[in-house]
Amino acid sequence: MSNWLEQLLGKKSKSADQAKERLKLVLIHDRTDLSPAVLESLKNELLAVISRHVEIDPGAVVINLTQDGREQRLVADIPLRPARRPRSG
Amino acid sequence: MVAKVVTVTSGKGGVGKTTTTANVAVALAALGQKVVCIDADIGLRNLDVVLGLENRIVYDLVDVVEGRCRLRQAMIRDKRLPELYLIPAAQTRDKNAVSPSDMSRLCDELRQEVDWILIDSPAGIERGFRNALAPADMVLVVTNPEVSAVRDADRIIGIVEAEEKGPVRLILNRVNPTLTRRGDMLNADDVLELLAVELIGIVPEDESVIISTNKGQPVALDGKSRAGLAFQNIARRLMGESVPFLNLDDGDGFLKRLTRLFRSGGSTG
Repeated sequence: MSNWLEQLLGKKSKSADQAKERLKLVLIHDRTDLSPAVLESLKNELLAVISRHVEIDPGAVVINLTQDGREQRLVADIPLRPARRPRSG
Repeated sequence: MVAKVVTVTSGKGGVGKTTTTANVAVALAALGQKVVCIDADIGLRNLDVVLGLENRIVYDLVDVVEGRCRLRQAMIRDKRLPELYLIPAAQTRDKNAVSPSDMSRLCDELRQEVDWILIDSPAGIERGFRNALAPADMVLVVTNPEVSAVRDADRIIGIVEAEEKGPVRLILNRVNPTLTRRGDMLNADDVLELLAVELIGIVPEDESVIISTNKGQPVALDGKSRAGLAFQNIARRLMGESVPFLNLDDGDGFLKRLTRLFRSGGSTG
């Protein structure tokens, strides 16, 4: 009964939805062999390299793995800060 | 006659590879095709019992590969159908007794004589699987709507694509319509979205599969079984026919189906 109510109120996600969400993440990591920890260090290194050339806001950077068919894509969204000073080389 | 070699595989064990191989083979043969199925699961053979041919084995796959008999002598004819044959696996050897190039050579020898060669792959991604994959023109990946089976299917699809052995077609086996409707089982759309491959069959969970396997009579020979019908449809799709997927909800009353139709906007799974 409580289960039925929860479903009616949309409080608890159905187990198939949980399975699907969990599988999405597992498959991305299986396919790319990139763990969340590796992804995090990749992100930090990318930021370090980019910051050497342009000014960015590290807090606003979003780097994600997405799925497109059977292809995995590393998508980086890196907002640039407007240039205020002349480039130093 | 130039046969198409179809390898049935899954990664995970127990999802229904052997049942699928046996039933698709039977259904193709019932459509008048000349079919040979090969059990590539050396050491753990089962295709013979599922087909009900276990008492007629004289020679096996390893005997052919090692030259103890001719290919023809290892082909057991299924007397229920005009042109269905089984090449059984060896039971007392291990999977290293056969190599991928042995399998390719054997299939090349058969290609001119039959319409279809169906290979039942062992579970896993080791030698036995590589043997089954080597000669494939098409790969049928069998999975169940559950996390471990889907994950393993994804690994298999990745390997098949890396080896350029496709095309891959997916068979979603043991679908339980009641659980799916309740949202407690992944549905076909979920699995297809996750795996991003083309579907060739949806087979409902059906106790007649167990009963027919007990008797050694593949369920595809049974005109009334839902699973049998699903396997017949897979055979017809392999033949190039466009067959709509089964509506797995047919078991319910008309009113129930009608209300579901309105709620789901007409999708039938």
